[in-house]
Formats: sequence, structure tokens, C-alpha cells
Amino acid sequence: MANKNVSVWSSISFWRRSAAWVTGFAAILLVWLTFDSVGQISMGTDADLQKAVAEKKETRRVPAPTVINYKIGYAMDAKRGHEVPTIGEKELFFGKEWSEKDAAALLHLGKLTSQAKNCMDCHTLLGNGAYYAPDLTKAWLDPNWEKFMYFGQKTKEEGIAYFLQHPAKSGVHTRKMPNLGITAEEAKGLVAFLKHMSSIDTNGFPRNFSKTVNQFKTGGSNAH
Amino acid sequence: MLTSIKTNHFEGNKSKELGMMYFRVAMILFGAQLLFGLVAAFQFIFPGFLFEVLDFSVARMVHINALVVWMLYAMIGSVYFLMPDETGVETVNIGLGKLAFWVLTAAVTVVVLVFILVQVGPGTESSIWLINEGREYLEAPRWADIGIVVVVLTFYWNVFATFMKAKVKTGVMQVLVADLMALAGLYLAGMFFTDNISMDQYWWWWVIHLWVEATWEVFVGALAAYALIKIIGAKREIVEMWLWIEVLMLFGSGILGLGHHYFWIGTPEYWWEIGALFSALEPVPLVAMFVHVLYDWGKEQGAAHARGETGSIMKNGPAMSWIVLNAFGNFLGAGIWGFFHTLPQVNIYTHGTQFTAAHGHLAFFGAYATILVGMMYMGIQNAYGIKIMKATFKSKMGVFLIAFGVMGMTIALTIAGYEQVLIERAELGAGWNAFFTAQNMPWYVQAQLWRAIMGVVTFVGFIYLVWDMLTIGKAQAGQTEN
Repeated sequence: MANKNVSVWSSISFWRRSAAWVTGFAAILLVWLTFDSVGQISMGTDADLQKAVAEKKETRRVPAPTVINYKIGYAMDAKRGHEVPTIGEKELFFGKEWSEKDAAALLHLGKLTSQAKNCMDCHTLLGNGAYYAPDLTKAWLDPNWEKFMYFGQKTKEEGIAYFLQHPAKSGVHTRKMPNLGITAEEAKGLVAFLKHMSSIDTNGFPRNFSKTVNQFKTGGSNAH
Repeated sequence: MLTSIKTNHFEGNKSKELGMMYFRVAMILFGAQLLFGLVAAFQFIFPGFLFEVLDFSVARMVHINALVVWMLYAMIGSVYFLMPDETGVETVNIGLGKLAFWVLTAAVTVVVLVFILVQVGPGTESSIWLINEGREYLEAPRWADIGIVVVVLTFYWNVFATFMKAKVKTGVMQVLVADLMALAGLYLAGMFFTDNISMDQYWWWWVIHLWVEATWEVFVGALAAYALIKIIGAKREIVEMWLWIEVLMLFGSGILGLGHHYFWIGTPEYWWEIGALFSALEPVPLVAMFVHVLYDWGKEQGAAHARGETGSIMKNGPAMSWIVLNAFGNFLGAGIWGFFHTLPQVNIYTHGTQFTAAHGHLAFFGAYATILVGMMYMGIQNAYGIKIMKATFKSKMGVFLIAFGVMGMTIALTIAGYEQVLIERAELGAGWNAFFTAQNMPWYVQAQLWRAIMGVVTFVGFIYLVWDMLTIGKAQAGQTEN
């Protein structure tokens, strides 16, 4: 556009410069927001968690792996207008309380297993993945584990671990989970991973999850 | 197929020949994508189909990875194809380009075979390195990730060095050189392991979103600009001015539009506002691209009539039909179907349902598959030295059946998603029981049946498309020699 009389609106160099400025500005904003978000979603420490529980305050958005030592809930928060994870009293997990180091190792094994077994190409995690099987975000809190009597095991964690090792046997639908060769240790890790995920503050996703819980309590209907 | 497209009419242009090599593998992988998609679609209806032989997770993994890889092949092929025209010089290192092609193709073959035959591994680091990374779209094991980065770097070096050698730096090449650097660099964000699922998803979206809703879209803008100049003789000044406006709008909305993936993964609430605002703007450039393609087409045709020329100005009928389909499909699939569920007030219910699948199908097809197929037709025209390539019955059947099939799948999945949102999310409040109640509702089951039928229609269209690609060049090469 050598012709100087041409309007700025049809000038290539004007649009090229504008594109560069807008792109640069958007990218800088994204990087700046990323610093903030990454800070907020970094995993907490056991000390953070103990302090939050003692003061009955909200924990970090992604709590420490030792959250598996606590009872986790998902309750309506009037101020925020949606459900948020709650961390209650201590409970044993696979019959013991896990040290910071052991809990971290167990979560590590669980996360690795979730990737090695490709959970995400049937299930969704935090709502991302495939849509062939239920979302796992709050799977730990699902009332169906109780409904199935933990598959004859004593506790919920043992019940889920049993299911993961014998999925086809325990399935009640024609659409079953395949046997992925999950070992007993890997199953423990996966349960820790699921329990930890259920404690992440997801801004109220999935919404109305407690409806599912209430429905179970009222015997399978939505009667109030 | 590898030998059927003759290369003796390239007039010694090695870069275009290299582009054709990428196109051929892209078509093979496109076929694999559709076949494994059909398997997954049938499994929704008959859950016992190939159970514990080739499970849904495996079929779906191959389905989406073949998709991404065939598109990357076709994108690399397109760049090698258009570069001699845009730079006026031969691509600097064809030998390296060919080596990279064979290395990439060997690696892709091994990865696919491992996906199908080994499928899953124990919960160890070595599974992530050797078998399967288990992160949707980025399942390729780490060794392959590193290989892909090396291959892409050699490709980028080839593009950059050729660009620097060019006497005239066209707008199309300027955009491509900048865009490809961002595209390649972003892949690195998906190459690390973390125990923190929120952090995992945060960076995962950097790759997925900033590819398909930013850098890939800009890439498509550059391809469309090149194609309009070549096929209908659109004026470069106008096309390139539009291209810069598109870059402005695509990056201006798409980069921060990333926020619409950060509503529910553990990230702070401020992403609700940022994600909603910027992703709601994402359709704007797609409308602009749509108007631009149709306007230029009409304008050039009108100008030709005014000059007293009769008939169509299109130098490549089939390519133009795919590019016009791209203008429609990008706007409909990425724009409209994306906007449907981009606001957090809606997305809280639709997130992780078949709505996403509906959007994914139409957007990947409309925004990317269409224009890349168009580029392949331009490749065939060039390979056979055809001056004016006309659509055959097979080209028309290909474009019609594929477009109809994909649209049908999208509508079916939208109905399934709608039903799922109402029953599973709103009525029953999510969870295991809510999920299966919704999955077994008659309207959901019917929608899945229609999706499978439309998948078959798409596949028949694909057969026509391949058949046409294998025959159209030979059939029309002779005619223009008269």
C-alpha cells in the first residue's frame, strides 16, 4: 500500500501492527494470569491442611496428598452459591493414617496408574476426557459405593479397590469396565488419587451432586 | 496408493513433491480415524463389541490421535506445497525434509501399533515413556513426543530458512512463519508429568486450546488466503489485509478464550468472566472469514463477467467446494456449536457431556478437515499439470456425503448431549447412577444409533473422496493437453 492517500482502514501495515500489538497484549495478560493461577492451584502442604482443619477454614484449592486421612464432603456454601468440598474429621484410609511422605508416594502411584491405564479415554476427570463412562471428579463421594455394599469389602476404599481389580465381575450394566490388569497396590493408589481429586475446589462442578446423594437416601427417587 | 499419484508433472519442484508425500499419509491416517471412530460408535450401541479385545478407550484413543496426526501431516504438506509459490525459491533442504518425513512416519506407525497391541501398561514412569501417556489427545508416549519435537524443529528450520532466502516476504509467509513457531513451541507445555491433576489439566489446555482455537485457526486463515489467490485469482493486497485482520481477531479472542476451559478444573473464579468474554468473541473472526471467502468469490466472478468472460472463474472446482465448506463449517462448528456451551452458566451443566463431542466433531471437520482436503486437491491439480480442474461425480459424492454425515453425527450428538444435560446433570445431579440413567434413556440410545448411521455415511463419503483423488488427476490430465 504505497499510496499514501489510501485510508488507514485498508492499510496492510496498520493491520499487521495492530495484530502484533493485540496478540502481544493478550499473550502477556495470559502469562500474568497464569502466574497467579498456577500459584493458586499448586498442591498445599500437610501443615496448610492441618491449619485449615483446626481453624475450620477452606483449604487450598488443591490440598496436600494427606487429605486422604480426612473425611471429605461436598456441601452447599451459601456465600459462594454452589457446593464446595469440605474436610472433616480424621478417618483411616486402608486401615491407617498416612504420613506426608507415604501419602505423596501413594498419590504419585495413583496418578501414574490413571495415565498408564488411560482412564481418560472412557471417563472424564474434572469433566475432561471421554464420555463413555461416568465423570470421576467426585467419584469418591458417589453414594453407589454404599449401594453396592462395597462389593463385600469392609470399607469404601477397599470396595473401590476391589472393583478396580475385578471391574467386569462387579458391573451391573451391559456397558462394563474392562479388566486393565490393575494390581492391588495400583488400585490403592488409584483410590487415593480419586479421594484426593474429590477434595479439589472445582467451583461447584459437578453441580447439584448432593441431589444424587439425597436420591440415594430417599430410596432411589427424587421425592423430597 | 503410494505410487498412484504421479509426480512427473511437478516440473522439478521437489518441495511440492514432498508436500504430496505428506498428503498421502494424511489420507491413510484419515481413513484410520474414521474406522476407529466407527468401532467406538458401535460400542455405544453394543457394549460387548470387541470388549477386552479393543476396548472403547483404545478405539477412541486411536480415533482422536489419528485425527490430530493426519491434520499435522496435511498441514506440513500444505506448507511444503505452497512455499515455492509464496517465496519464489526452492525449499532449502529437501533431503532433510524427506528424512524427517520417514522418521515421523516410522514413529507414528510404531506408536499406533503399540496403542493397538499393548494398549496399557503398569503404573510406572516407563509406561508413560514407552506405551501411553494417558492424556486425551496427547497419548503419544514421551519418546515419541521428543521425536515429534525434533521432526517439527527440522520442518520449522526448513520453512524459516526458505522464508529468509525469499526476495519478497509475502503476508501469507509472514503469518505462517510466526504462527508455526508458536504452534511448535506450545507442544512443550504438554510434555511433563505432575501428580496434581489440576496443574496437569491447566497446561494440557495450553496445548489443546492454543492449538485448535488459536494457532491452527490462524494457520487455516493463511491457507485460505493462499487458496483464494490461486483458485479464483483474488487480489493479494485484499486477501492479505483480511488475513492480518483475522490474525488480530483470532489471537485477540482465542488466547484469553483459553479461560473457558478453566471454569471447573480447580482454577480461580476469575476465569468465569475472562473465559466467557473472550471465548464469546471467538466466533467473530469466523464470521469474518466466512464473509471474506464468499465476498471475494462473488466479487472475482462478477469482475470476470464484466470483462465479458463466461463460465466459472474457479481453477479448481473440488478444492473450491471444500474451501467454501470450510467457511461454513468453521463458523458453524467452531463458532455456533462452540458458543452454545461456552458461558459458565451453561457450561456447568454441559461440561463433559455429548455436547462437547458434538462440537468437537463439527469443529474439527469444519475448521480443519475441509480446508486440508481442499489443499490436497490443489496438490493433485498441480501434480498432473491440470489448468482447470473440474469436480467429478465422485468429488461431489465425497464432499456431499462427508458433509452430510458429519452434520448428521453432530445433530445426533447434540440431541444426546441435550438429553444428558437435562436428565443426568439437571434432574439427577450427576454421579454414577445419574450417568447410567441418562445413558439408557430411549432418546439418548436413539441418538447414538443415528450417530453410528451417520458415521457410516461419512465413511462411504470418504471412500468416494479417496477414489476421486486416485482417479481425477489421470482423467483430467489428458483433457487439458488438447
